[in-house]
Amino acid sequence: MAEHYSILRKPLILGNKSYSDVTHDVCAPFEKKSSTLWWITFFAAVSMLIVGVVATVYQIQTGIGTWGLNNTVGWAFDITNFVFWIGIGHAGTLISAILFLFNQKWRTSVNRSAEAMTIFAVICAGIFPIIHMGRPWLAFWVFPYPNFRGPLWVNFRSPLVWDMFAISTYFIISLVFWYVGLIPDLATIRDRTKSKLKKLLFGFFSLGWNGSNKTWSRYETVYLLLAGLATPLVVSVHTIISWDFATSVIPGWHTTIFPPYFVAGAVFSGFAMVLTLMIIVRKVFHFEEYITTKHIESMCKIIIATGGMVGLAYATEFFIALYSGNPYEKFAFINRALGPYSWAYWIMVFCNIFIPQFFWWKKIRTNVALVFILSIFINIGMWFERFVIITISLTRDFLPASWANYIPTSIEIATLIGSFGLFFTLFLLFARFLPMISIGEIKGVLSYGKNSRGGSK
Amino acid sequence: MTRRLFISYFENEKDILNATNAARENNYKILDVYTPYAVHGMDEAMGLKPSKLPWICLALGLFGAIAKLWYQVWTSATSWPVNVGGKPLSSIPAFVPVTFEVMVLFAGVGTVLTFFIISKLRPGKKPKALYPKVTDNRFALVLVQSDARFDIDEAKKIFSSFNAVEYEEKLEKEEN
Repeated sequence: MAEHYSILRKPLILGNKSYSDVTHDVCAPFEKKSSTLWWITFFAAVSMLIVGVVATVYQIQTGIGTWGLNNTVGWAFDITNFVFWIGIGHAGTLISAILFLFNQKWRTSVNRSAEAMTIFAVICAGIFPIIHMGRPWLAFWVFPYPNFRGPLWVNFRSPLVWDMFAISTYFIISLVFWYVGLIPDLATIRDRTKSKLKKLLFGFFSLGWNGSNKTWSRYETVYLLLAGLATPLVVSVHTIISWDFATSVIPGWHTTIFPPYFVAGAVFSGFAMVLTLMIIVRKVFHFEEYITTKHIESMCKIIIATGGMVGLAYATEFFIALYSGNPYEKFAFINRALGPYSWAYWIMVFCNIFIPQFFWWKKIRTNVALVFILSIFINIGMWFERFVIITISLTRDFLPASWANYIPTSIEIATLIGSFGLFFTLFLLFARFLPMISIGEIKGVLSYGKNSRGGSK
Repeated sequence: MTRRLFISYFENEKDILNATNAARENNYKILDVYTPYAVHGMDEAMGLKPSKLPWICLALGLFGAIAKLWYQVWTSATSWPVNVGGKPLSSIPAFVPVTFEVMVLFAGVGTVLTFFIISKLRPGKKPKALYPKVTDNRFALVLVQSDARFDIDEAKKIFSSFNAVEYEEKLEKEEN
């Protein structure tokens, strides 16, 4: 037990907290009145959301002719946003499931918010393909249900159907994982809140949790099983998304490297977003003792690793395009780097390959403000990666006669702004009403890295 | 039938673990231990057997996978076969991704629902046997006074050596 900790293990939670300190600190943000800062950011987020809602209503009423798409470029802004948001979500699952299986205790400070981020990001992602259907009120046609049209079933050989199953499963499993993790904390809030309404609501959703060890024992088993299921799931989701492209014959899409390349990219972009959010959260809600510079450093290191994989994938892709002897493939890549959209390509290279190299220095990794700025660069870079892959590949395909350029319309940009609005609105509501840090799990790691004398009581 | 419970409260993980071990060694009947978080090593201390949930998870996953694979073959090759680009109607490799997703869905959601059922957790349920502060900072060891010979003073003596902070006796209606 506590006496055997190695001196190499540094404490995860600073400031010698007691169990009730943890409960108190984590509950503090939603037991007080909302701060002015919260209201300002909430107002800004809701304004962005309204812009998106107006744009969405307009484009659904008018049709997707309001977009900049043409005969040649059939997928552009919306699918870029879709892949971008799904990728963001993957870091949440990586933190909650994969790091759990690897017994990385530092995940406990960030897993709750990261999982919430996953759920909100998948919601944002799901909106784009539904709008793209053109008749979103018939979106339920993607489900293979018995119908009077034959019955005409969905084509199970189509990657788009795989994608639908992958995204819906991912959303449901993430939601279940998050909720299961929340139950003990909901019970904690139920037992300490003075408000009658809160007692009723938290009592309802905490399912009669009483801290019994018989339940805890099964709970831990379930948590481990969910982590074991979510780990291959998260890999499968972005693999299947990459197949949306890789199973086609478009030069620049039709490559076998896509699945690992997309998964690494997803984790890379997701960690950048986790960093962006967590740095704000720890500052605004005073969680500096829970989300320490050690946590930020660990995430920076994952960014170096996954950024390296992404860089390797860029290089491999380029090399294979030149080495394969396929003139179309070769042209597609030269066009990416030197063609009319080369600015997007070089933004991508700058943000995703050059920027993460700063994280090799400990001084930079521990400088929170700088990490924040760098993480935003990576978010931008990963958005451009999807734009580069999806749009540039389509603008110049086999026949020069069918080449066309693509420019997003204001409606498309408004929809992207709206999706950010939705994401931040949901995240701010989460921060306002639910514990952003897992109270139960933090108590379990309080004594980590502390000797028996100075440890937690 | 009612039974008499003896509850001792502790304030940290090490004490509750040692106390539970001691209770088991002294042949006390441990009803349950209530803790604010999952205390590792408590299952061994209480003498709990490993949960059978992994087997349920496996069974549900297999069921989901087999059912979905069958469904895909049936819809694509039997019910309404559609020739898509000359691909075989029953193209098993193309059915793998969806089969996998449905397996994960069934295994994950099914395991959680099974957990709720066997642990008697349901929305809106009033917590049974909720000891003060166990969801915050206290650990409660609940023993059943299984016969008349249960010596409270002796029990207190044992648990005070593990820094028990409070004791309580309680009558409880026994559920079957």
